[in-house]
Amino acid sequence: MSEHLLSLMTFFPILGMLIVLMLPKNNGGLLKGATLVVTLITFVISLPLALDPVFKTSGAMHYKEFTEWINVGGYFQMNYNVGIDGISLWLVMLTTFIMPIAVLSTWQAVTKNVKGYMALLLLLETAMLGAFIALDLFLFYIFWELMLIPMYFMIGIWGGANRIYAAVKFFIYTAVGSLLMLVAIIYIYYAAINSGMDISGFSIADFYNLSLDPALQKWLFLAFAFSFAIKVPMFPVHTWLPDAHTEAPTAGSVILAAVMLKMGTYGYVRFAMPLFPEALACYLPYLAGLAVIGIVYGALVAMMQKDVKKLVAYSSVSHLGFVMLGIFALNTIGMSGAVLQMINHGISTGALFLIVGFIYERRHTRLISEFGGLSKQMPVFAVIFMIVTLSSIGLPATNGFVGEFMILLGAFQSELRWFAVVATSGVILAAVYMLWMFQRVMFGKLDNPKNQNLKDLSIRELCVVAPLLLFIFWIGVYPNTFLEKMNPAVNQLIEQVTGEKPQVVIPVAPAAVHGHAAQHDEVSTHGQHH
Amino acid sequence: MENLVQTAMQNVNFAAIMPSLVLACFSMALLLINAFSRRGATAHVAGISLLALAVTGFSALSAWNNTQVGFSGHVVLDNFAVFFTFVFLISAALTVLMSDSYLKREGYPIGEFYSLILFSTVGAMIMASGTDLMTIFLGLEVLSVSLYVLAGFFRGQKKSNEAGLKYFLLGAFSTGFLLYGMALIYGVTGTTNLVDISSHFALTPQSATNPVAIAGMLLMATGFLFKIAIAPFHMWAPDVYEGSPTPITAFMSAGPKAAAFAAFMRIFLVSLTSMQATWEMAFWVLAVLTMIAGNFLALNQQNLKRMLAYSSIAHAGYAMVGLVAANAIGVSGVLYYMLAYGFMNIGAFAVLILIGKKGEENLTLDGIRGFGYKRPLLGVLLTICLFSLMGIPPSAGFSGKFYIFAGALNAGFVWLAILGVLNSAVSLYYYLRVMVAMYFKDPQEDFEWIKLTPGATICVVISVIAVLYMGILPSGIMSLARQALL
Repeated sequence: MSEHLLSLMTFFPILGMLIVLMLPKNNGGLLKGATLVVTLITFVISLPLALDPVFKTSGAMHYKEFTEWINVGGYFQMNYNVGIDGISLWLVMLTTFIMPIAVLSTWQAVTKNVKGYMALLLLLETAMLGAFIALDLFLFYIFWELMLIPMYFMIGIWGGANRIYAAVKFFIYTAVGSLLMLVAIIYIYYAAINSGMDISGFSIADFYNLSLDPALQKWLFLAFAFSFAIKVPMFPVHTWLPDAHTEAPTAGSVILAAVMLKMGTYGYVRFAMPLFPEALACYLPYLAGLAVIGIVYGALVAMMQKDVKKLVAYSSVSHLGFVMLGIFALNTIGMSGAVLQMINHGISTGALFLIVGFIYERRHTRLISEFGGLSKQMPVFAVIFMIVTLSSIGLPATNGFVGEFMILLGAFQSELRWFAVVATSGVILAAVYMLWMFQRVMFGKLDNPKNQNLKDLSIRELCVVAPLLLFIFWIGVYPNTFLEKMNPAVNQLIEQVTGEKPQVVIPVAPAAVHGHAAQHDEVSTHGQHH
Repeated sequence: MENLVQTAMQNVNFAAIMPSLVLACFSMALLLINAFSRRGATAHVAGISLLALAVTGFSALSAWNNTQVGFSGHVVLDNFAVFFTFVFLISAALTVLMSDSYLKREGYPIGEFYSLILFSTVGAMIMASGTDLMTIFLGLEVLSVSLYVLAGFFRGQKKSNEAGLKYFLLGAFSTGFLLYGMALIYGVTGTTNLVDISSHFALTPQSATNPVAIAGMLLMATGFLFKIAIAPFHMWAPDVYEGSPTPITAFMSAGPKAAAFAAFMRIFLVSLTSMQATWEMAFWVLAVLTMIAGNFLALNQQNLKRMLAYSSIAHAGYAMVGLVAANAIGVSGVLYYMLAYGFMNIGAFAVLILIGKKGEENLTLDGIRGFGYKRPLLGVLLTICLFSLMGIPPSAGFSGKFYIFAGALNAGFVWLAILGVLNSAVSLYYYLRVMVAMYFKDPQEDFEWIKLTPGATICVVISVIAVLYMGILPSGIMSLARQALL
C-alpha cells in the first residue's frame, strides 16, 4: 500500500472524475458533493505523508515509485518515476488540502455546467499533484502542460466579463515558456547520452550529476528559468496573472494562487537551480533583481487598484517576489523561509480570494468604492477578513510573519544584502495597500443602500475558511512542525546548488527568530507596520 | 529464351505488390458493382471498400520483417512500405467511414467516389514501395489522377470545380518538374533505380557536384514539395482543401501527403545522400518557411476548413524538420507523425462533417458558437483532436512532435527545433479560437439538427481513441516506426 501511496493519491481524483462524469448532469448538489468527497478522500490518502517522521531526518526522496513507461530502444526512454522530499511534501499537502476548500467555495457560485466544472477541478488536481511528485523531466512536463487545459476552460467558461482574453493569454503565455523548456529537456537528455552517462530515462537524479559545459548550461538554464518565471510569475512576464486571477471564478483563483503559482517557484527549486548550478551563480543577481522589482512593483500597483480581486492578484506578484528572493539567498534560513512562504501564500492568498468571492457572491461587484462600513453589517466576516489581511501583511503570530522574516533574514545573511534592504520596503507597502483596502471596505459609514442588507457568513462559508485560519495561526505560532520536515531537504538542495554544506542550521521557533532579529538592523523597518 | 522468361518471372515476385494488387482488384470490382447498383445506393459500396482495405491490410501484414523485392528491384515491400501502407489504409478507411452520410447530405451519392479513394490508395502504396524513379512516378500518377477527380467531385459546386481544376493544373505542372528532374538524374547516373543511383554517386563523388545532378535533385524536390504543399509551393493548398468535398480534404492532408513524404524520403535518404549537404540547407529554410507560412496564415481564418488547410501546411513543416534531421530518430519520427497526424486531422474533419449543414456554410468560427454545450460529447472529442494538433500532452500530436524535435536536437539542429516549438506556440492561438467559439461564446445557433450518423461518429471515436493511445502509451507504435526505418 504505502509503496504506491503517491500514485494512489495522484490518480484518485481522475478516477473520481470518471465517476462524476457518469452522474446525472442536472443534479448540481450531487455533483458537488461527489467531488467534495473525492477531494476529501484524496486529502486523507495524503495525510500519512505529512505524519511520516522520515522527512525530519532525511532530505532524500521517499515513497519512490519507478515503472518503465515509454521505451523506444536507443532513441529515448521515459519512466514513471515519482517521489517526494521535505519540499514537495508540503506542496503536495497544500494541494490536497486546498482542493476540498475550493470545491466547497463553488457551492453557490457555480450553477452552470456544474458537471464540467467539477470534472475539470479533479483533472486539475491530478495534474498538479503529478507535477509535484514527478522525478522524471518528461513526466513532469506532461503534468505541467496538462495543468493548462482545465484551468483554461475554468477561466474561459466560468470567468468574468473579460474571460476569453484572460484565458487565451494565460494559455499562450504559459505554453510559450514551457515549449522552450521542452527543447531544453530534450537537449539535456541527448547531452547526457552523448557524454556516455548511463541514464535511466529523463531522471533528474541522473541529470544532477551531469557536468555540462558552462556556456551551454546558461542557455539551458535560461530556457527553464524563463518557463518557470512566467508561471511564478516574475516581473516582467507577470502580465497574464492579473487578468487570469481577476477573470477566473473563485475556485479557479484560489487554486491558481495557492498551488499553480508554486509550480513556478517549485520548478526553480527542483529543476532549474540544481540542474544548472553554475549558470545560476552567473544569473543570480539579475534574477534576484527581478524578484525585488516584482516585490516593489507588485505592491505599488496593488495599491492603486480599484478592484479588490485585482489588488489581491498584484499582491501575489509581490509575495512571490519574496519567495524568489528567499530561494536565491541560497542558505538554509532563506530557502526554508521561501518554501514556508509558498505554503503561507497559498493559505493567505487562497483565503483572500475566498473572501473576495464571498462579497462578490453577495454584491456582484468587487469595486472597493462600492463598499464601506461592512464591519457593522457582517461582524464575523470582518474578524475573519482582518485575520487574513494581517497574515498577508505578515503580522507576528501569523504565518506570513515567519515566512517573510526568514526570507529577509536569509537574504541579509547572503550576498543579496542590498536586495533585502529594498525588499523590506515591500513589507511596508503590503501593510499600506492591504490595510487601506481593508479600511475602505470594512470601516467608515455604511452608506451604500445595497450593502445594508448583506448577510453575514453562513456556516458553509465559515467551514470553508476555518481550516485556513487554523493554519494561519499554526504556522505563525509553531512553524517547527513544517520546518523540521523541510530542513533536511532544503539543506541537501543547498549543498547541491552551492557545492558546500550549509553551515548553520538555525533553530526556527518564533522566539529564536526574534532573538536573531535583534542582531539585525532590519528589525526597525520591519516593526514599523505592526 | 525460355530461361530468360523464367528468370524474369522469378524476378517478378508478386508478394512484393500483393497489397496493391489486392486493393486494385477490389477497386475495379467496385466499379463493376457500381454499374449494377441502384442509383443513389452507396452504403454497400462503402462497406465493401472497408472490407477491401481490411483485406489489403492483412495481405500487407505478412511482409513485416519479411522484405519482399519484386520486379527486378523496382518494388520493395519492406517495413518502411508496410508502415506507410498502413497509414494510407487507415486514412482511407476513416475517410470512407465519414463519407457516406456526407455524400447523401450534399446530394452526390455516387459509388465511384469510393473506387477513386481506393485507387488513390493503391497509387500511394506503390509510391511508398517504389524503389525506382519510374515506379514512384507511376504511383504518383495513379494517386494524383484519382485525387484530381475527387477534388472536383461535386461537379455542380463552383468551389469544387475550382478545386479540381486548380489541383489538376498545378499538379500537372509539378509533375513536369518532377519528371524533368528524374530525367536529369538519369542523364547523370544512367539509371533510375534508387540504389543504383546511390552507388553511382558513391563511386563517382564528383558527379554529386555536377550542376546537372544538382539541378535534377532540385527539380525533383520541387515536384515533391508541390505535392506536400511546402512553402513557397503551398499556394494551391488552401483553395483546393477548402473547395474539395470535406472527406477528400481530410484524406488529402493525411494519406497522399504521407505518400509524397514516403517517396521523398526514399529518394533523398537512399539515393541522394551524397548531396545531403546541399539539400539539407535548402530544406532547413523551407521547413521554417512552411511552418511560419502555415501558422501565420491560419491565424485569421474564419472558415474552419480553410483554417485546417493552413494548419495542414504547418504540420507538413513539422514533418520536414524530421527529414532535415535525417537521422534515425528524426526519420522514424516523421513516420510516427504521419500516422498521428492522420488520426488527429481526420478526427477533426469528421466532427466538422457531423456539424456541417448542406453546403457547409456554417463551418465558420461564428457558426459553431456554443456548439460544445449542445453536443457535449462531440465537443469533447473535437477538443481532444485540437489539443493533439496543438501538441499538448498527452496526445498523439505531442508525442509525434516530441519524436521529431528529439531527432532534430539529436542531429544538432537546435535552432530548427526552437523555431519549431515557437511555431507550435503560434498555432495555439488559432486552435484555441475554435474552442473559444465552441465553449466560451453563448450558443446562438440551434444545433438540434445535428444527427450523429454512425459512420462519421465511429470515425471520430476511433480517431480520438488512437490519439489518446498514441499519446499515453506511445511505445508500441514508436517502436514500429523505429523498425520501419529505411
